[in-house]
Amino acid sequence: MTISPDEIVLFRWGVVELNATIGLSWLVMLLLVVVSAAITRNLSTGTGMSRWQNLLEVLVTGMRDQIREVSRQDPGIYLPFVGTLFLFIATANLLMILPGWMPPTGSLSTTTALALSVFIAVPLFGIAQQGVLEYLRHYVRPTPLMLPFNLIGELSRTLALAVRLYGNVMSGTVIVAILVGIAPLVFPIVMRALGLLTGLIQAYIFAVLAMVYIASATTAYREEEQAARSTRDRDPMNHSKED
Amino acid sequence: MDPTSLTAFISIASAALAIAIGSVGPALGEGRAVAQALQAIAQQPDESNTISRTLFVGLAMIESTAIYCFVVSMILIFANPFWNHFVQAAGGE
Repeated sequence: MTISPDEIVLFRWGVVELNATIGLSWLVMLLLVVVSAAITRNLSTGTGMSRWQNLLEVLVTGMRDQIREVSRQDPGIYLPFVGTLFLFIATANLLMILPGWMPPTGSLSTTTALALSVFIAVPLFGIAQQGVLEYLRHYVRPTPLMLPFNLIGELSRTLALAVRLYGNVMSGTVIVAILVGIAPLVFPIVMRALGLLTGLIQAYIFAVLAMVYIASATTAYREEEQAARSTRDRDPMNHSKED
Repeated sequence: MDPTSLTAFISIASAALAIAIGSVGPALGEGRAVAQALQAIAQQPDESNTISRTLFVGLAMIESTAIYCFVVSMILIFANPFWNHFVQAAGGE
């Protein structure tokens, strides 16, 4: 029983192997790039637009709205990263509707790579928004006693991101493989349909969690500052009334 | 019982225990979370968007503990390092 596309080796040059995980990831990337390029080649700004342009507009505006609601910031700089994560995982999982497709997210290597990119993106966005010192001061907040816990939390949530996506997709594959052995008539199709739902939800959750982590690195201080400023603003008014 | 079958026995039994105990806790937790979220939506239907988005994210966080147990039991059954050690020792002889 193959439970991960890592076990299928497509090509081998000496010590370098190209397994199905990498091949299928490239296929998903190629599909996304080619389809998007083909659709965006002739965009229209008028009322008459192709249905494909409509699809892309719905996707992009939907992602922008979700990012704005989660982070309460302008989604402009986050959309390329978070939207790419969502589109890649969603496409990889939804192509499970094709017979014989093994989602590349069902391999721990792919999900680890995605989680590592989030792990790197969080400090990059945080430093870009606040500067190095302000970002590093996050780790000693509220007290320096919390420094080891903040560091462990940073690492363990990366591990959790990777294992969560891997476990969900892999469990769907394993359950279908077991059911094909036990009751091959209808039940695998039902579990596949459930797998489509789980795959889409997991893609959404991965993107939302990435956005939540980035937002926590970019906004925590700003809220404190705003709270401090609002109390400071309130005080002079009280004084002036008293005067 | 020789070490090989003892390893197999303990691996299978602990895989079953891991997924059995590990699914009870998240099931209870998710039940509580969904019940509270439904109550909140019933009281404030206008906020249902925010509540259901938070609910989904929270459910994923809760469910990941069950997923960890599932991954551990899958490793114990399909990719058991102790079992592989015995298989390699038998093949090396």
